[in-house]
Amino acid sequence: MAEVMSMEDIRAEAARLNIDLSGVDWNSIRLPPGEDCGIKSDDDDLYEEDALEFDAGFGNIIVVDNLPVVPKEKFDKLEGVVRKIYSQIGVIKENGLWMPVEEDTGKTRGYCFIEYNTPQEAELAKEKTNGYKLDRSHVFVVNMFDEIDRFMRVPDEWAPPEIRPYIPGENLQRWLTDEKGRDQFVIRAGSDTEVLWNDARQVKADPVYKRPFWTESFVQWSPLGTYLATVHRQGAAVWGGASTFNRLMRYAHPQVKLFDFSPGEKYLVTYSSHEPSNPRDTHRVVLNIFDVRTGKVMRDFKGTADEFAIGGTGGFTGFSWPVFKWGGGKEDKYFARMGKNMISVYETETFGLIDKKSIKVENVMDFSWSPTDPIFALFVPELGGGNQPARVSLFQIPGKEELRQKNLFSVSDCKMYWQSNGEYLVVKVDRYTKTKKSTYTGFELFRIKERDIPIEVFELDNKNDKVISFAWEPKGHRFAVIHGDNPRPDVSFYSVKGGKVLKLTTLKQKQANALFWSPSGRFIILAGLKGFNGQLEFYNVDELETMATAEHFMATDIEWDPTGRYVATSVTSVHEMENGFNIWSFNGKLLYRILKDHFFQFLWRPRPPSFLSPEKEEEIFKNLKKYSKIYDIQDQDISVLLSEQDREKRKQLKDDWERWVSEWKRYHEQEKMERQMLRDGEASDVEEEYEAKEIEVEELLDVTEEVIQDA
Amino acid sequence: MVVCFDSSVRVCFPLKWFPKQSFEAHLIISLEKVDKFMGYWPLRKPGPKAGQSTSNYQSDCAISRNSRKTLPNFGDLRASILFDRQTKAKMRPILMKGHERPLTFLKYNRDGDLLFSCAKDHTPTVWFADNGERLGTYRGHNGAVWCCDVSRDSTRLITGSADQTAKLWDVQSGTQLFTFNFDSPGRAVDFSVGDKLAVITTDPFMGLSSAIHVKRIAADPDDQVADSVLVLKGPQGRINRAVWGPLNQTIISAGEDAVVRIWDTETGKLLHENDKEVGHKKTITSLAKSTDCSHFLTGSLDKSAKLWDSRSLTLIKTYVTERPVNAVAMSPLLNHVVLGGGQDASAVTTTDHRAGKFEAKFYDKILQEEIGGVKGHFGPINALAFNPDGKSFSSGGEDGYVRLHHFDPDYFKIPSI
Repeated sequence: MAEVMSMEDIRAEAARLNIDLSGVDWNSIRLPPGEDCGIKSDDDDLYEEDALEFDAGFGNIIVVDNLPVVPKEKFDKLEGVVRKIYSQIGVIKENGLWMPVEEDTGKTRGYCFIEYNTPQEAELAKEKTNGYKLDRSHVFVVNMFDEIDRFMRVPDEWAPPEIRPYIPGENLQRWLTDEKGRDQFVIRAGSDTEVLWNDARQVKADPVYKRPFWTESFVQWSPLGTYLATVHRQGAAVWGGASTFNRLMRYAHPQVKLFDFSPGEKYLVTYSSHEPSNPRDTHRVVLNIFDVRTGKVMRDFKGTADEFAIGGTGGFTGFSWPVFKWGGGKEDKYFARMGKNMISVYETETFGLIDKKSIKVENVMDFSWSPTDPIFALFVPELGGGNQPARVSLFQIPGKEELRQKNLFSVSDCKMYWQSNGEYLVVKVDRYTKTKKSTYTGFELFRIKERDIPIEVFELDNKNDKVISFAWEPKGHRFAVIHGDNPRPDVSFYSVKGGKVLKLTTLKQKQANALFWSPSGRFIILAGLKGFNGQLEFYNVDELETMATAEHFMATDIEWDPTGRYVATSVTSVHEMENGFNIWSFNGKLLYRILKDHFFQFLWRPRPPSFLSPEKEEEIFKNLKKYSKIYDIQDQDISVLLSEQDREKRKQLKDDWERWVSEWKRYHEQEKMERQMLRDGEASDVEEEYEAKEIEVEELLDVTEEVIQDA
Repeated sequence: MVVCFDSSVRVCFPLKWFPKQSFEAHLIISLEKVDKFMGYWPLRKPGPKAGQSTSNYQSDCAISRNSRKTLPNFGDLRASILFDRQTKAKMRPILMKGHERPLTFLKYNRDGDLLFSCAKDHTPTVWFADNGERLGTYRGHNGAVWCCDVSRDSTRLITGSADQTAKLWDVQSGTQLFTFNFDSPGRAVDFSVGDKLAVITTDPFMGLSSAIHVKRIAADPDDQVADSVLVLKGPQGRINRAVWGPLNQTIISAGEDAVVRIWDTETGKLLHENDKEVGHKKTITSLAKSTDCSHFLTGSLDKSAKLWDSRSLTLIKTYVTERPVNAVAMSPLLNHVVLGGGQDASAVTTTDHRAGKFEAKFYDKILQEEIGGVKGHFGPINALAFNPDGKSFSSGGEDGYVRLHHFDPDYFKIPSI
């Protein structure tokens, strides 16, 4: 390895060798490829990552093996057959098919090379013909030419893999053990991504970790909060750790666009779509399912965009994310996707279809899993102009039995809303009126956990009201609906306890178009986003009273923290001004606000579910006073401390200012004479001592003489 | 006397104060803050009949020149205004409509009885600072007027204009005394201590770079010459403000390149340039000196204002706001600073006036905390000035209005540390 030379050394060396350095353009110097002359590049890390994307340039060549070995006479015939098979898939380059022969006999060697115009075509050809049966004894084995090199390097003798010593992992859930019981959140503003504590008692955000250009498009927490996932050109990555954020795993998937965690965060689904270079080709989509912890690809799905664009006969073209919906609660046992006239359910033990078959459902429009159980509900619209009614069915997995089915008539649309414990399912049904000109809304309530799954039908007070928003109370038995056609809609609350749908109250004429329940239930924010400029109403559903009304002007997003103690409202960069976020207490007190230009994302770090049993939780709730005592004391201490700090700070600031002022006074005094001179001797500093005099000026406007008649 | 309501519940009194004088003053008293007293406004008192001389009503209506203390004297209206006064009256700004184009600059004279305003409509105007009555105009410029300064004795006015001139005026008569001609548009002007020198900046134009010119101002306008005593060049882009430092020893300049510079007026050398780390990140739009010239405040499009020491160019304070800052002012009385600005007029949403942030925001000078805001303009604020007595301030907006605000007693009770 060459020694590192400083610029001075180089100059000296050049002078010794009589070389004129001024004529050398340093930037034009290139090292011979593959040779680093012992100079370590600063960009090694970069290259390492880049390797995932680029290849050696033979990406459009495939190698087809297991061809029949034929003598010279039959060469042309075989070539014809091969050409016929492969030119169906893509355009073979001119002279792009080469079948080597043995020199002495002229016999083929049983393999050939095919060069396509594009790597995509080659990829497709490999995918389609690998395993192609030409006849019984000739099953094609197709490989990318680039991969041959890799296979060549496989050592002949098997060496046992080196057993790496066990390194205990970090406690990835350390953040949950925060002494102050705080929650974390991540924000993205400009090019920076930052994780912070919400230190609400100190009314500020406490930084944890900040990194510029951490992700290329967005970040996302895993559902239990263990990982923070980022998107890069080469794939996705997850970050976490006990005290800071380290990269825990990378998932190679070039050009990844979207990803999604399974609810138990065991698996990660990544998605990319590749714009075809040739416009005749279809859009290709690649989905990979990774095991989050090992980084292993468990299964990949490739296909055209059409195959993965969801929605049978339904009007929606395009693509809806997530493609795979996870079912069966936190155990991540099943995932499913909707295809044309079918629902494909996979299980994660084998990553294959259950019973190797999809469930056939003609014209299925929509389906959704229960959040807790392996049950999903699906919706099939009306067929044959009303001859066959629309229906909503519940299916149980893995048995694929239909648990319940309900036929519905003159339906225009259905939406399904699961309660978070999977106890209830509400289906909002829009039906046509008799004239078919307008629609009205009804609701079907399925009580999943009860025997035979009874169904309750109910309507709003005014069934012609348009439903703007619907939301279940998390883990609760209540739901809220925003409905109405006027610019200020009404908000109604219903309870379904005891199998009956009972209206609790209706709030008239609210400036609201979105509902945000606290994760612990009981409290809800009625928010007027977009057109309502960020009106917020904090409402207590237990007491049926408004706790506070407020406004976060132009707010675009609202998110409760996972404990339901605080709420973040943010203005993201869809607006130009006001970007930033506010943190509120659950009862609508503004705690602090932070402004950031180009604000993109605000996400609370989720918490895993509590281990406490419902009984224990109830006990705590009952004796809240007893438990909260120590926190009250802490709160008080902190507030004393804060006011102390505040006083300190103010005093400091004041003292600093006084110092400046006294200095300025001194200067001012010193320069008094000079200033007076500049003003030609006017004693200019005595500025206050003047007297305002009022001078009355009388103006004669007009003189008119009038003779007053003598009475 | 005509009393009329417009949609935003304002009462307008078009008044002719002095029929002999050649102008009409429109005094508009905004009562938008008291809309809950609307019920007390029967206004049964009939207005004057057509043809009746308005001068007859001078005694009736006494919101007159020197008396915000007295009240209009016509029945119920008086009562309601009184009511309002007693119940925490809000500042009632006087809306001065005299310019036809956006305001660019405001300046009080030393006595605080006159307010000079510059606008893009070529005609600087002088107003009575007490009641917003227009006193006169200075006609002669042929382009937007960017800046002005008035001499200590309120006899001379200097204006810098985009018509490539700076002009000296007689304040009282409105006559032009002298014209400095340049090859590029003029911008900032400032009289030195003693009014014997003036600094004038010119914009970059047709290949010419921006420059700071120092001119000698003769006591007798007949002796006035156009020669520059000193020309400073160097900064990139427009120099939006240039003012004299303490004792005329330095000139402080700031502009589009976001750097504050201090120049020596003897040698023309650059003495200080602010630290890039702490300095502004975008164009500096405005600069206001303290009365004793010991410190100054700069406002920038980077949504902040910064307070600097005039001698050492040390950064003392930073005031962060949520709007680009177009104008700054410092209270001479209390430790308050005012920042004005707003979203650029071209980017303003049409949905809600609040989106533009056209408030004048008050900050505690020492704590750097926001203490309040004064709404009113429906375009960005381009100019702010404090009356030297600290009891009123005025703001000029892109909307073409000057709003003159006299502070309520409550304002002076704002606790400071």
